[in-house]
Amino acid sequence: MILAQQTMPLFDWTWVGRNLDNIWDRTLEHLKLTGFALVVGLALSIALAALALRRPRTYEPITAATGIMYTIPSLAVFALARPWFGIGFVTAEIALVSYTLLILIRNIVAGINGVPPGVREAALGMGYRDGERLRRIEFPLALPVIVAGLRIATVTVIGLVTVTSLLGLGGLGFFILDGIRRSVIFPTGIIVGVVLSVALAAILDLALLAVGRILTPWTRRDAV
Amino acid sequence: MDQEGCRLMEFISEVMVWFSEDGRWTGSDGILPRTVEHLWLAILPMIIAAALALPIGVWLGHRRIGEFAANAVVNIGRAIPSFGLIILSGVFFLRAGVSLRFWPAVVALVALAIPPIFTNAYAAIVTVPQETVEAARGMGLTEGAILRQVEIPVGSAVILAGVRISFIQVLATVPLAAVLSSGGGLGQYVVRGFAQGAGARAEVFAGALLIALLTLAADWAFSSSERFLLPEGIRRLRPEEVKAAASVS
Repeated sequence: MILAQQTMPLFDWTWVGRNLDNIWDRTLEHLKLTGFALVVGLALSIALAALALRRPRTYEPITAATGIMYTIPSLAVFALARPWFGIGFVTAEIALVSYTLLILIRNIVAGINGVPPGVREAALGMGYRDGERLRRIEFPLALPVIVAGLRIATVTVIGLVTVTSLLGLGGLGFFILDGIRRSVIFPTGIIVGVVLSVALAAILDLALLAVGRILTPWTRRDAV
Repeated sequence: MDQEGCRLMEFISEVMVWFSEDGRWTGSDGILPRTVEHLWLAILPMIIAAALALPIGVWLGHRRIGEFAANAVVNIGRAIPSFGLIILSGVFFLRAGVSLRFWPAVVALVALAIPPIFTNAYAAIVTVPQETVEAARGMGLTEGAILRQVEIPVGSAVILAGVRISFIQVLATVPLAAVLSSGGGLGQYVVRGFAQGAGARAEVFAGALLIALLTLAADWAFSSSERFLLPEGIRRLRPEEVKAAASVS
């Protein structure tokens, strides 16, 4: 067995060539699992952050609850959700979404609270009402902090998606689990899974950074 | 009782039966040895990672160099999937002919533990107000004394916060090591159960419950002892101030 493993090459380019379609499909699955978690996570976080901003006393309990969700290991969340939501997409997303909440809520609230009081008063003086002020003044000014949170959440979720391979999903994580579960361990698949997952994280991180810069042109001047 | 309720009761009793099986707690695959294995798999990498990352982070912070490295380490650390890292580590150890039970997980977890410890240690020292350090220097303290008596105590809350983030992350990743071997602490129940399918649903659920409880308990234990690990002057600050100092990262 050990001998057979030693003859298996560390990286087999021909396998990559033969499996390009497969790799592409798994990359798309990875993006789908990540995107869904981020959209749902962002929607929930905006709602909870709005509540926390309107009623500051709710901030502590909200961060305590989402903090617990953040602390429970992903493997345990998958296993705890499985009896009720089956093995598959819903169970995977419950775990993935639960990791985005703490990061996003904290950054949204910190971003809005970080708007200088003078700006807020000027907006009040100009006659902006609550909702309008939030949308047109405070939200854009908070955007850099919110985007920073979104970037952390995105990179975290992309890494966690690989664990959903234990639920029969996994995106690129499929190759990682498949590589170790074969009777003769297959390093090529494992390396492909890890490297592409890191690449995906880097690409999306940079894309969000760019989107953030485009949306907030006033921050660009002093940015190096 | 309706059918749903019946099925729920049945499931709960299955889980309770699992907990009360013979040798479940103290047998060689029992909960206690598995918990010890789980904690040791987290604590040993933490000790190694802290021994490597704390001195370097603190020293770079004191010299105020390496900001780029501090940022890069934390970004790279976040982007590498811990699941992939553990399995990759296993592949390399297997090629070297070492058993998969312990060391591959330890090495992967050390790599995972370093970024938060290093970055917080660096940030803790670098954010100590320059005037404070200048004052200490003016009083004639040597560089070593400035580090030991001024910078490290002032930055201690941030340094500890990094150790805590790292510890919880490592503790949460230990169960994934069960994919590699018959180890992986409490994760073994879940991973083994997943592979067995519906027949092992009680074992999967019970294992997950134990993992969640252990991690939350460790987090709670760490954060409640954190205050007592801090130097007296920092401890006298109100909790909010300590928290504010620790959330710089």
